[in-house]
Amino acid sequence: MQTLNTTLLIIGGGPGGYVTAIRAGQLGISTILVEGQSLGGTCLNIGCIPSKALIHVAEQFHQTQHHSQHSALGISVSAPTLDISKSVEWKDGIVDRLTTGVAALLKKNKVQVINGWAKVIDGKTVEVGDTRIQCEHLVLATGSTSVNLPILPIGGPIISSTEALAPKSVPKRLVVVGGGYIGLELGIAYRKLGAEVSVVEAQDRILPAYDAELTQPVHEALKQLGVKLYLKHSVLGFDGTLQVRDPNGDTLNLETDQVLVAVGRKPNTQGWNLEALNLDMNGSAIKIDSRCQTSMRNVYAIGDLSGEPMLAHRAMAQGEMVAELISGKSREFNPTAIAAVCFTEPELVVVGQTPDEAKAAGLDCIVSSFPFAANGRAMTLESKSGFVRVVARRDNHVIVGWQAVGVGVSELSTAFAQSLEMGARLEDIGGTIHAHPTLGEAVQEAALRALGHALHL
Amino acid sequence: MGTHVIKMPDIGEGIAEVELSQWHVKVGDLVVEDQVLADVMTDKAMVDIPSPVHGKVIALGGQPGEVMAVGSVLISIEVEGAGNLKESAAPAPVATNEAPAALKVEAAVESKPAAAAAPRSAPVCQGPMVAREADERPLASPAVRKHALDLGIQLRLVRGTGPAGRVLHEDLDAYLAQGQSNASAPATAAYAQRHDEEQIQVIGMRRKIAQRMQDATRRAAHFSYVEEIDVTAIEELRSHLNEKHGASRGKLTLLPFLVRALVVALRDFPQMNARYDDEAQVITRLGAVHVGVATQSDVGLMVPVVRHAEARSLWDSAAEISRLANAARNGKASRDELSGSTITLTSLGALGGIVSTPVLNLPEVAIVGVNKIVERPMVIKGQVVIRKMMNLSSSFDHRVVDGMDAALFIQAIRGLIEQPATLFVE
Repeated sequence: MQTLNTTLLIIGGGPGGYVTAIRAGQLGISTILVEGQSLGGTCLNIGCIPSKALIHVAEQFHQTQHHSQHSALGISVSAPTLDISKSVEWKDGIVDRLTTGVAALLKKNKVQVINGWAKVIDGKTVEVGDTRIQCEHLVLATGSTSVNLPILPIGGPIISSTEALAPKSVPKRLVVVGGGYIGLELGIAYRKLGAEVSVVEAQDRILPAYDAELTQPVHEALKQLGVKLYLKHSVLGFDGTLQVRDPNGDTLNLETDQVLVAVGRKPNTQGWNLEALNLDMNGSAIKIDSRCQTSMRNVYAIGDLSGEPMLAHRAMAQGEMVAELISGKSREFNPTAIAAVCFTEPELVVVGQTPDEAKAAGLDCIVSSFPFAANGRAMTLESKSGFVRVVARRDNHVIVGWQAVGVGVSELSTAFAQSLEMGARLEDIGGTIHAHPTLGEAVQEAALRALGHALHL
Repeated sequence: MGTHVIKMPDIGEGIAEVELSQWHVKVGDLVVEDQVLADVMTDKAMVDIPSPVHGKVIALGGQPGEVMAVGSVLISIEVEGAGNLKESAAPAPVATNEAPAALKVEAAVESKPAAAAAPRSAPVCQGPMVAREADERPLASPAVRKHALDLGIQLRLVRGTGPAGRVLHEDLDAYLAQGQSNASAPATAAYAQRHDEEQIQVIGMRRKIAQRMQDATRRAAHFSYVEEIDVTAIEELRSHLNEKHGASRGKLTLLPFLVRALVVALRDFPQMNARYDDEAQVITRLGAVHVGVATQSDVGLMVPVVRHAEARSLWDSAAEISRLANAARNGKASRDELSGSTITLTSLGALGGIVSTPVLNLPEVAIVGVNKIVERPMVIKGQVVIRKMMNLSSSFDHRVVDGMDAALFIQAIRGLIEQPATLFVE
């Protein structure tokens, strides 16, 4: 057996792992990264990036179809056709370019990448095939996997998000199990690609993690797109049709060609002998402190493996911090807020505290929103649904949270996060000139409205 | 999802404020029914506050050490269903005098959600450099946060001079400069002048003790009386009893003998076993002898009470003293076990000291203190002999106990101890 020695060993080449490796390389730490599949992890290969590519295809197709039916814009085209295999090829091209880019960055920073499945032996030893790697610091970054339902085992017509992102054809009918952001993003994309889509959700509304006011525009859009919602319905099983139980306890049979199971993700703790470390857990995730340290010295866990919020940008920030910690710097993972974005129709962003969270934390807050219906740029984008909402302390006007729903608001997350990290007050945002005509004006107006003097309302 | 609010319970005796001693949970924790959420303290009793519900902790109402009004919001828990927090509900119910367990059913209804923040009091740590509440996250940009980490500065200790108390780069520089000027003395010299100060909040037990001691010395007219007692005979008896019965009945210390001596002497001096209510101007003499035994615990002085000492044998007293002392030291003594004494024994035991001037445990009127036993040459019947001697240092409330009676009382105790058989002659 070959033995390698390194200062830092990272298990998992997703956004958490590869960023740790790049930063460690920059800091001159000898680093080995082990990845069993493709660099980039879930995010680049079967998550964030491919889903956004598919959503873009769906949106373009949908828009073209819209124009083929006498759109108000005066554009007329003939009905579009879709070659989904070409779409998937295009998406794969993007994924390929990004993963190749990650590999190049790792190489540039002198990170040794080992392809294979890691097996943990102890806190300083990992085996990959017949290679044994000894390290001083071990970073666990194995990410997460889709939660499976035992009554709906993946296979044949029953698919997970992974299969849904590489369709061979668009099914005529699709039932999405799970009304969270993954289910809705994909469900909406499939609907725009032409499938008849239904969403089954056990709770009484879609996106149950967010408040009803915020999800209302998404609810409206689903109605307009013709996505059928089965709220407060639970899945019983599948035998050609999907059986669900309605709120009255009656069983319905939903005719469908495919069933997409999107009921959440869970930390990937199985199959790599994590048990050997006997780490303290926090539910199904590895328990970490504010420095991403596990209960074992010099063993760190980052990203989805360390629990909620399971977001690539959190994993990257944690990875960067861990690399700096290992280099001897004093560091702490102390963001004021981590933005969460849903690429639904329309998009939805939450950064910092919601009004309910602020109230629960005992803060006396001003909550104010500004509708896109009063924003010129939104109108020129043929979309006036949604709003920007700000939550700020009543006593000193420090902003504690932003939420927005509407066309293109994912890009506003940058401004939101920045204002929170800088400790901005309502007056700071209200006093910043926001370019006209942009969606961002709604951000300024929400702050002005909280101060009692919105200009365009 | 609803919010269940638990209010600071009234633990008894109609007190208006209760001190929050310790949290057992933090925001975000999942709690189950009956799980202990917090310790609160009143008088000298520590009381657990259990959770009446399953749910997730969403807000804590105070800091450890904070004195909170009975009925103020202690903790908010997110629960399945509606919870008990309503936007416009009935006013808070009148707090009851029931035991903590009964509080579970007390549906504390919040009158105004904004009041959740109300019980926060002034900053816990005061000092020139601190400008925010202890748990409050300092407002600072990511660059300032990172720079503080690089410099090893705890951001929460830095005064922020920016808008809304934001910590600026300049504030870090100022903090650092201040620290350097403080550290200008040579660090290695053992005889270096020191200018450091440490501020310790007088909270919890210490605050209670301070209040009670202040109260006792302000109100009572302390009269102290010290007498020397020959304990040779009683020590012989004690070691004999321990040899004979130690294995089966437990070891005896001197304390149970002193308890017995108090019980017997008090038959002739009922005015010493009394409580003086100086507001009502009433002295209550009690038949029962409930002996408070001053006990040092980690958090400070506690006085657990041996109830009905008049009805206890030596071993019975001994067992009770040891049980109570352990309970007090572990912070597990109940309120009942820490109140209701009629006279108090205090001992600095083996620490030495010739004389002490004990402070009365009001509203009692007498406290008897035990000093160290030492062997000394004494003259008995013209011969110098080695005897075991011990001082009793006692204090009385001179407002209601005359000096003559006090002296006679101590002499009676001395007689009983020097002739141990008389302790047991009925």
